[in-house]
Amino acid sequence: MGESILTASQAYIPLEAYILVSLIMFFAGVYGFLVRRSVLLMLISVELMLNAADLNFAAINRYLYPEHSEGFFFALFTIAIAACETAVAIAIFINAYRNLQSVKVNSISTLKE
Amino acid sequence: MAQQVVFIILSLVIAFFSVMAVNSKHVIRSTVYLLFVFLATAGLYLLLGYYYLFGVQVAVYAGGIMILFIFAIFLTNKPIDYETTKLPVSKIIAALTAVGGIALSAHVVYYNIRRVATLGPIADLNPQQLGHVMLGTEKYNYLLAFETLSVLLLACVVGAITVARKR
Repeated sequence: MGESILTASQAYIPLEAYILVSLIMFFAGVYGFLVRRSVLLMLISVELMLNAADLNFAAINRYLYPEHSEGFFFALFTIAIAACETAVAIAIFINAYRNLQSVKVNSISTLKE
Repeated sequence: MAQQVVFIILSLVIAFFSVMAVNSKHVIRSTVYLLFVFLATAGLYLLLGYYYLFGVQVAVYAGGIMILFIFAIFLTNKPIDYETTKLPVSKIIAALTAVGGIALSAHVVYYNIRRVATLGPIADLNPQQLGHVMLGTEKYNYLLAFETLSVLLLACVVGAITVARKR
């Protein structure tokens, strides 16, 4: 009880708030990945999930280990890897669209036409 | 107090637009909602005190990846391309999965994290130190990851060109 009053009087944003925000973002991505049938929207869902992970890295590093910066660099490298992954995935989608005239996962069922 | 108000605004923007991004009928609208989510996340980095991460998020995510998405949508979709309606059963199952996951994880986080978290003073991370940490070979330095990432970027450039070019 005393702890919570002290925490409230210091008036900073608790760590759980950041984690809750990234939770909502992550599970919106999970829902989109399960429901949507266009590969572009599935990629958008994956980006949401990656972004939530980045936010978690940064927030946990800032709150638990403010004297180090491991989470900061993890988030930095994750952003770069996400950019690579998006570029290659979109190249694959454009190639699939050229061959199959569609980017829905239902129609992409053959590897070679 | 001002920080809390800014945080509440940014988190509401993130929650609303990330749900809208996966529920919108038009692909291009989902992309624009995703852009808002990325910018609000960059605002959260600013609030945490990581200014470099804010710059990278705006430049790479909100700049580069969004342009890639918009080009891909214009290249692969008809002008008005609605998503075909799906069975509502799978939608309900996915929504239950997401809500159940949020509830379970929030329960775990609420009962385990609130004891250990304190907001200490931030380590000073100016651009000079950042460069030394990225290109140093001592403990807690990241030269190997940095160089591996540069090889990965080169491989991605070559791979993307090879896959997407006309035969």
